[in-house]
Parts: sequence; structure tokens; C-alpha cells
Amino acid sequence: MSRKVVITGMGIYSCLGTGLEEVKDSLWNGKSGIIYDPERKAMGYRSALTGYVPEPDLKNVLSRTQRVFMPTHAAYAYVATDQALKQAGIDADFMENNPVGILYGGDSTAEPTYQAISTVLEKGDTVRAGSGAIFKSMNSTVTMNLSCLYKLRGINMTVSAACASGSHAIGLGYLLIKDGLQDCVICGGAQEINRYVVASFDGIGAFSVRENEPSKASRPFDRDRDGLVPSGGAATLVLESEESALKRGANIIAEVVGYGFSSNGDHISTPNVDGPAQSLENCFRNSGIDPSQIGYVNAHATSTVVGDKNEALAIARVFGKNTPFVTSTKSQTGHEMWMAGASEAIYSILMMKNGFIAPNLNFDNPDADTALLNIPSKRVETKFDMFLSNSFGFGGTNSTLIIKNY
Amino acid sequence: MTIEEISEKVNTSLAEEFEIEQSLLTPDANIKTTLKLDSLSIIDLVAIVEDTFSIKTDAQEIKKIATLGDLYSYIQSKL
Repeated sequence: MSRKVVITGMGIYSCLGTGLEEVKDSLWNGKSGIIYDPERKAMGYRSALTGYVPEPDLKNVLSRTQRVFMPTHAAYAYVATDQALKQAGIDADFMENNPVGILYGGDSTAEPTYQAISTVLEKGDTVRAGSGAIFKSMNSTVTMNLSCLYKLRGINMTVSAACASGSHAIGLGYLLIKDGLQDCVICGGAQEINRYVVASFDGIGAFSVRENEPSKASRPFDRDRDGLVPSGGAATLVLESEESALKRGANIIAEVVGYGFSSNGDHISTPNVDGPAQSLENCFRNSGIDPSQIGYVNAHATSTVVGDKNEALAIARVFGKNTPFVTSTKSQTGHEMWMAGASEAIYSILMMKNGFIAPNLNFDNPDADTALLNIPSKRVETKFDMFLSNSFGFGGTNSTLIIKNY
Repeated sequence: MTIEEISEKVNTSLAEEFEIEQSLLTPDANIKTTLKLDSLSIIDLVAIVEDTFSIKTDAQEIKKIATLGDLYSYIQSKL
């Protein structure tokens, strides 16, 4: 069985906006979502730069018993998922009568873990961690919360694959629907933003220290890039079989047509060229799509020296001399890590539906490797009907998606 | 501290933390069936009681308490 897999709903809660329209405008205007957080500096961070999102206020939206088990990033995910389900026209009745699944990317829940352990140590009593602590502190907190809240009865799992988590979640949802095992899966990724989650990431020197110019710090592919800027939020896409979407009379936004993956089998933090290239090649082979059909590549490029170089080489190897437009929306958002694969699929779909490619901010000068790619530093108004999105993570996990207009 | 003073403090905390209607907070209200506090919510009740009255309680004992009135008396016995 091989079925078409379509996207019928999207929701976004990011440093570019807390809804699709606001995010689309931010992409169009090349807005940066990066700020300087003095609390991080006081804590001992090398770099106090971060993406910023407001904390959702769900007090009058969800009951206390629904909120008490949710860490902040699950609240981001709830807001994004609520938007996506509404856009898809999926309500409680549909979820009661159909086994809707959830696959969400997530690879940490540091803040509630820190808070619970701190309280236990201070009080000398595990009871004082509180009723919500265990559920907030588990890596699957987003899927356990949302599956109970929406009374979901399909696949229910968190996908942990470092910075490729959100992309793999979409890819796996695509495979389940394509193969007839699910009709509808809520896919996405969530990333906590707080002082605890990336402290040790800062410690290994991965972050840009261009603290005097927050909006210029994330500069993927630029010759003078000096590291990534951590960010976060949540992004949700409702994946559905075309048959189910048509039966419901849903508005179909786009179609997922390809998923490829690979593992570098190499260094834990330093990426290589062969692994990412293989992920792209697998995606083309699995989908039967030719690279010449791709109008835009949303690169993983995080603004690190080696990562951007090796991705540029991998893209150039697969696409040859005439690469399509390539940008990294991380130039605006920073690195949304566990969420990035899902949010970047949404950013790219918004650009595809509205006929433009957002500028790769701060791409002032290429280096010898990034000069191989066609990277616009200004917004391009152009129509494209198919794009490819890369996500790579620590441990050498690689994921590539191809999505086309519907 | 009198039972009235204890009840006022407990009721204020319960209304705020658990979003319970004030009208339900009577001494004969059953904690599980009337106030709808399940076994997980009782864990948070322990923290509320300990922090509000600066006392150390036993979670297993609090789990066995049936009504709000019994809770007020339990707290008074620990003060």
C-alpha cells in the first residue's frame, strides 16, 4: 500500500511570531528573533544570545489538572497544535471516532528536571517535587500531555534525534500514513528555552559570541560565522492521507513526497559530508524525485564553521553546479534544535504558498565552500512548487524531507 | 491557631491552587469526591499545607484524610 500524504493544518509558536500570519510577515521582512539575555551572562554563559518567545498563558484555556503536568515547552506545543488542528478542521468528535496519532520531536526537558531535583534536595523529601514533576521531566512529556489532552488513540511517541528530531517526526508520520498504518498523525517538534537546557551546550563553545550585535550573530554560510544561537518554541503539522483529507473536505496545504535519512557513524559532534549527502540521496531515491525538480533548499546550516561547510559540500555534491536557491532560516530564528525540522518545514511552506524566499540574513561574504551554493542575502520573490529541508543532529543523525505544493 | 484561622488559610490556598469554587469549601466536603482531588493532587496538597503552616507532614497520613474538617484538625495537631 502506498498512499499520498498531505498536510492539512499547521501551527507555530516561535521567535518569529506566535501564529502563521505573524511568522509569514517576519519571514517576508527578514526579522531576527534573537535577543541578549543578561541572566545567562550572570550564570556564567560564554554567550547570552538566544531566541525569545513569550510564555503562553493557558490559565483560562486549560484546567489546572491539564496544566499541572505540562512544562513550558509542552505549553508551546499545545498552542501550536491547537492552531494546527483548527486549521485542519479536526475537532474532538473526529479524534474520538478516528485513531489519530502523535509523533513529536523532543530531546530534553531540563528546566523541570532541575527544579524537581533542587526542591527534593532542599526539602529532603521526594514528595515535595510535586505531582507534575515526573511527567514534566520525562523526554516524552509533550506527547504524553497532548495525547491525554486530545484523547488520542493512535501512535503516541516522542522522537528523540537531537537537532533532527522534528524532521524525523514528520518523516516517520509520513511513512506510517503512506503505508496505511495511520490515517492522520499530529507531527511536530518542541524546544524549551531557558537557562538550564543549553548551559552545557554553551560550555563546549558552540555558540556565537557576537553579543554586541544579536541580530547579526546567526550568519549561516557567511565567511565570518562563529557559532550558532540557541532558540526554541514549537511547531505542529497535521499529516493525513489524501483520502482522509478529501473525505473530510479539508483544505490541503501541501504534500509530503520524500523522506530520507542516514547516520554518519562518525564523531559525536563534528558532522561530515558523506552522511548528510547520503540522507539527501536516499530522499531522492525513495521519492523518485530528481534534484532538478527542487526549487528551494531549506538548509540545516546553523552558523557553525564546520557544519555549514560540510552541508554546503553535501548539497553541492548532490545538486551539482546549478543548485536551487539555498537559505537557512536559522539566520532569523537561531537554532530551534529539537523543533527545527518541523518549524523549518512550516517556514518553507509559508514561503512556497506566498511566492518568496526569505533572505539568508548576514550572508555578507561566502567562503570557498559556501560559494558553491546559490544563497540569496536579500528576499527573493519567486514561485516554487517543491522544496527540500535538511536537519542534522549530534551523533550524526540526518533527516531530509521533500514537500511539494498542492 | 484556631480551627477557623486554619480553615481560612487552607480554603484560600485550595481555591487558588486547585481552582475550586469557594462554595464547595465546607468542613464536611469530601476531599476526593466533592473537591475532586485525585491521588496526584493530594501530593500537591501536602506542599500547600507544609508551606502555608511551616510544618512537616506525612503524605501517607494526608492521603487517608476524608473531609476538609478532618484536614483542619490534622493540621492543628501538628502545630
